[in-house]
Amino acid sequence: MNFSLSEEQKMLKDSVDRFLEKNYSFDLRQSMIEERQTMSGEVWEGLAGLGLLGVSFPEEYGGFGGGGIETMLIMESMGNHLVIEPYVSTVILAGGLVNKGAADWQKQIILPGIIDGSMLISFAHMEPGSRFNLERVQTVAKPDGNNWVLEGQKSIVLHGPVAEKLIVSARTSGEVEDQDGVTLFIVECDEENLGGHEYPLYDGTRALDVQLNGVRVGPESVIGQLGKAMPLISEVVDHAMAAFCAEAVGVMERTQQMTLEYLKTRKQFGVPISRFQVLQHRAVDMFITLEQARSMAVLASGSLASTDLSEKKKAILAAKDFIGRAGRAVGQEAIQLHGGMGMTQELAIGHYFKRLEAIDLMFGNSQHQRREFAKLSNQEGPVEYVQPRKKWKQI
Amino acid sequence: MGEYMEIRLKSEDKKFESDVKKFVAENLPKDVARKVIEHRPLEKQDVGRWQSALHKQGWVAPNWPTELGGAQWSAMQQHIFDVVSSAAGAPRLSPFGINMIGPVLIEFGSDFQKERFLPKILSGEEWWCQGYSEPGSGSDLASLRTTGELHGDKYIVNGQKTWTTQAQWADVMFCLVRTGQSGKKQDGISMLLIDMHHPGVEVRPIITIDGGGQEINEVWLQDVEVPVENLVGEEGRGWSIAKFLLSHERTNTAGVGASKRELAHLKHIAAKEFLDGVPLIEDPLFRDRITKLEIDLMALEWTVLRVAAVEAQGAVPGPEASILKLRGTEIQQELTELQMEAVGPNALPYLPMSLEENWIGPTVGPNYATPLASRYFNYRKVSIYGGTNEIQKNIISKRVLGL
Repeated sequence: MNFSLSEEQKMLKDSVDRFLEKNYSFDLRQSMIEERQTMSGEVWEGLAGLGLLGVSFPEEYGGFGGGGIETMLIMESMGNHLVIEPYVSTVILAGGLVNKGAADWQKQIILPGIIDGSMLISFAHMEPGSRFNLERVQTVAKPDGNNWVLEGQKSIVLHGPVAEKLIVSARTSGEVEDQDGVTLFIVECDEENLGGHEYPLYDGTRALDVQLNGVRVGPESVIGQLGKAMPLISEVVDHAMAAFCAEAVGVMERTQQMTLEYLKTRKQFGVPISRFQVLQHRAVDMFITLEQARSMAVLASGSLASTDLSEKKKAILAAKDFIGRAGRAVGQEAIQLHGGMGMTQELAIGHYFKRLEAIDLMFGNSQHQRREFAKLSNQEGPVEYVQPRKKWKQI
Repeated sequence: MGEYMEIRLKSEDKKFESDVKKFVAENLPKDVARKVIEHRPLEKQDVGRWQSALHKQGWVAPNWPTELGGAQWSAMQQHIFDVVSSAAGAPRLSPFGINMIGPVLIEFGSDFQKERFLPKILSGEEWWCQGYSEPGSGSDLASLRTTGELHGDKYIVNGQKTWTTQAQWADVMFCLVRTGQSGKKQDGISMLLIDMHHPGVEVRPIITIDGGGQEINEVWLQDVEVPVENLVGEEGRGWSIAKFLLSHERTNTAGVGASKRELAHLKHIAAKEFLDGVPLIEDPLFRDRITKLEIDLMALEWTVLRVAAVEAQGAVPGPEASILKLRGTEIQQELTELQMEAVGPNALPYLPMSLEENWIGPTVGPNYATPLASRYFNYRKVSIYGGTNEIQKNIISKRVLGL
């Protein structure tokens, strides 16, 4: 067990922090959102230039071979600066699916493009009725000679509006909620018979709803084994959940800093409001929640490499639940402690709060994570409780 | 990029874990473990037997240096020992000697004090208690009024201490007394080591709301003579010594191992209780409360490990350790609450005598239900002792957040 960062990891963290501090202001973010921009091309180029888009990929494809902790550091910093760039969408989700599931020749084509920032891909998996259930895939892919024809709908495809390609999950066999039978396809966004509708989420991220009206793709567009995509999806979603946990910690960290600054500078009754014990204790509650959330984010990211699949799954579900609850508590508290100012669109604090709420909804809210956790946790046998009953006479 | 940060167990830690498991299986007295798991009252000698076994192995004091008889474990080893031994039903050793005054004497004590007191803490020959709180000095501890006046080579101590846990079992008390009246109220305080068998020391029990056995006491001190060699550190430095001690106490009060055991016990009870013909543990409402608590406990456990890792690098635990006391006690309380709720109306009968070893009279409801309400009431203490949770928040607010 070791919680300290290596020299390389410290340098990585420093370089992301410095880059975003300089190039990603809150004003820039807000003007992008106002202009309905999904991302900033310049910032993305900058991230690519620093090698950050390749951190999680193997060296043979031009990456750095980093693990969960490296991604955690990047995501924390992204959270600090409330970055809406397609890092999770393109690098963690689409890149992860390709890296862990695709054939070598596919990786040769795609990964270098992701790493140098030239290729943006989104993962189109969720559907209108799927809620948080990963297995619930209704989109179908029917064989047509060597080709496949895709029919169905995908919803809330994160950063879809800027993607040049989508990775689409579709059923090649089985029933709606079967583990087996889901296959991944790469679909070009300029494909005929592909309809899209773009819209913003409440936190400023932009998303796409996709209509697949008989989209025809060739056999080379299949990623991984036919019908066996679910374990791959689940594994990559674990990585995304750990990344979101780390991002949330970054968001909470800055939320807490801004709130402390506000308490120290805002005066009422002739004194800074930080003098009031009731507010001090609420600020302490935020701190306690944040520190525990940090522990859970480390647990989630550190568990990704674990070979004990049940332990790994439990760690990630637990972290995502805890961080969902923590994010809500810290966010609500921050607004309350900012008083009326916290309600304004002008101040950053409300946007941090909204990002925390949005993160909770990524791949399942807290309630959902706990439900899944309980399924795994109750498989543990209860401890044996030996207590001989004493004999006694009826009186 | 190298994997420096690593949360998995190292192979030597796994080896240690299996060593501890083996040791506990062979040395923890079965009847004692049963009492702990079943929430029956423990006698002093129950704890003593476990301590003797640990003493032979050199495992009594996890964080003392080996040259003083400690185990000098890494943070991870301490955690492993806590979790493994607690799960098996090991009783908690009295913390006053091992976790509290021990580290203080190692840091501030004279050679005489180290030689005189440390070995008997380890062997369990001498038990300790803590003379801090007074009737008029609770959270405002520095306002304490018990006096120690120097006469020749003796302090004459007069006053009253209260809430003194295990005073009825203790041989020595580390005690904060006022030796000077000038300056700030924190300045005139000194720490004395007082022989509890000395004339003028009187222990009176305080019965707590759970109605259980004697746990806390008043300690009356009337013209008690304390030799000057029993002054810890310098005169007037008692406050900073006490603060050093409290930060150690807070790291130890998280109680993760015991809480994991109680969580398992809660699941066990919830599996045996039925609601509309279905085990309570399968009731979505109750199960969600258990799950939330289990995850909260994980968050505490990993925070303990993070703090412990900093400590292992040689740093004194900072005010962050207050988090562990706060969350640790909240979780302990929630566990007693859920265990009690799990048995429904069977929590009501009050039959503490039926928990005694030789009880042959009637019992009501399942045996596991009998102690649960008493434990629930008793555990309201944990957010009050060791500095109330509100005081912990004041500490974090001032010293960590700078408010």
